[in-house]
Amino acid sequence: MITVKNLHKSFGENQVLCGVNYHINPGEKIVVVGPSGSGKSTFLRCLNLLEYPTEGEIWFDGQLINGDKVNLNEVRRHMGMVFQHFNLFNNLTIMDNIILAPTKLKIMSKEEAKETALTLLKRVGLEQKADAFPGSLSGGQKQRIAIVRSLAMNPKVMLFDEPTSALDPEMVGEVLEVMKELAESGMTMVVVTHEMGFAREVGTKVVFMDGGNIVEENTPAEFFANPQAPRLKEFLSKVL
Amino acid sequence: MCHYPLFDTIKRYMRITNDEKGICGMKWFADVWQKINIAFIEQDRWKLYLKGLGVTLEVAFFAAIIGIIIGTIVAFMKLSTKKNGKPTIFAGIANVYIDIIRGTPSVLQVLIMWFIIFASCKNGILVACISFGVNSGAYVAEIVRAGILAVDKGQTEAGRSLGLSNLQTMRYIVVPQAFKNVLPPLGNEFIVLLKETAIVGYVALDDLTRVANQISSRTYEAFMPLIGAAIIYFVIIKILTILLAKLERRLRKSDNR
Repeated sequence: MITVKNLHKSFGENQVLCGVNYHINPGEKIVVVGPSGSGKSTFLRCLNLLEYPTEGEIWFDGQLINGDKVNLNEVRRHMGMVFQHFNLFNNLTIMDNIILAPTKLKIMSKEEAKETALTLLKRVGLEQKADAFPGSLSGGQKQRIAIVRSLAMNPKVMLFDEPTSALDPEMVGEVLEVMKELAESGMTMVVVTHEMGFAREVGTKVVFMDGGNIVEENTPAEFFANPQAPRLKEFLSKVL
Repeated sequence: MCHYPLFDTIKRYMRITNDEKGICGMKWFADVWQKINIAFIEQDRWKLYLKGLGVTLEVAFFAAIIGIIIGTIVAFMKLSTKKNGKPTIFAGIANVYIDIIRGTPSVLQVLIMWFIIFASCKNGILVACISFGVNSGAYVAEIVRAGILAVDKGQTEAGRSLGLSNLQTMRYIVVPQAFKNVLPPLGNEFIVLLKETAIVGYVALDDLTRVANQISSRTYEAFMPLIGAAIIYFVIIKILTILLAKLERRLRKSDNR
């Protein structure tokens, strides 16, 4: 579904990604872990071109998306993204947050979009918050809304950029619960996270990044029980 | 030695004995009244102030509108980037404009507009409006740019990641939030503008300041006309400040619903 070939990204002199190659199949749940500064967030943000690669190719659904004459907005409709800091639109109610993109992009009528939004809100147990503004919500609620907002576009793949890192410990569970449900529904997911429990439980593959490249990739069981690279062993000994 | 008429009156008043105070107090009030009479009432002079105030407000109002239009356009020009993140030619043009306007005195700009650029135009008010509008535009541009940049980058990223175009993200998400940031400094800019119009006297426009100055030289009496004009400016700006504070409070309320 997504193929990354020889992906390089540098910010000025600072090279963050050096030649990442990876392939993601439909239905997979890829969990990306690694120390800070390893390039995992940049890697994720390159997948929907929030960061434009300096070199390399990104293929999505058989289309080279960082080539010329690609309608990026069209591509991004099919890739949902959830951010560390939620990034709900502060000037809009929860309902408007969710229906903004589907209605303005003329994917759904307003009524349809509202109906979809309500169904999704019920799924995460927040339908009573539809008319509230983001400022009045807790972090966990905001993040669940952010997930709903992405899902309203009916994406083919969901990207999560440290979705629980900015949350109070109490609220991590409710967000992970929603993500687990989403995974069970068969969504293709790429998740950058520090939640090793989630990686073990939900991931179909766990990827370890360090120094701007993928160092090791394995099934969760093997990844945690039998790490190969010394850097990974060191990392796991610290976080587990 | 300089003579300050009111000051002299007070000095004279201070020097007299307690017995005479009653009579002199009345004299003092009579004095002041006469001065007010000369400065504002005789020959219907108050009409001149009113006319002057009209000119001041007219120039300030239309200059503010022109300034906001130019400023908004220039702000977006300055923010425009190419795909690789480098500024466009428009950003360069905007920078030159802002540099020139901020780098020269506004009195000089008005004079240049009046005597050089619009030398053939006899409509002083129009030239003043354009001149101050162009001047204010540079400052408004910086205000609007700062307001837009103050909106968290994550808002734009979230909009773009949903497939909204740059323009749609701006229109539905960034600009409504930037508006709140921009309002207080924009109000400030309008207040500055209103006071700065006092220099249109240089191009033969009878605004409030010039009227006061003319009357003081005609009546050999500076105190009342100048203080009077100052009070008028002050009151107008005080009213504006109160209105702006009200609007700001109302906008902020919608934040935490």
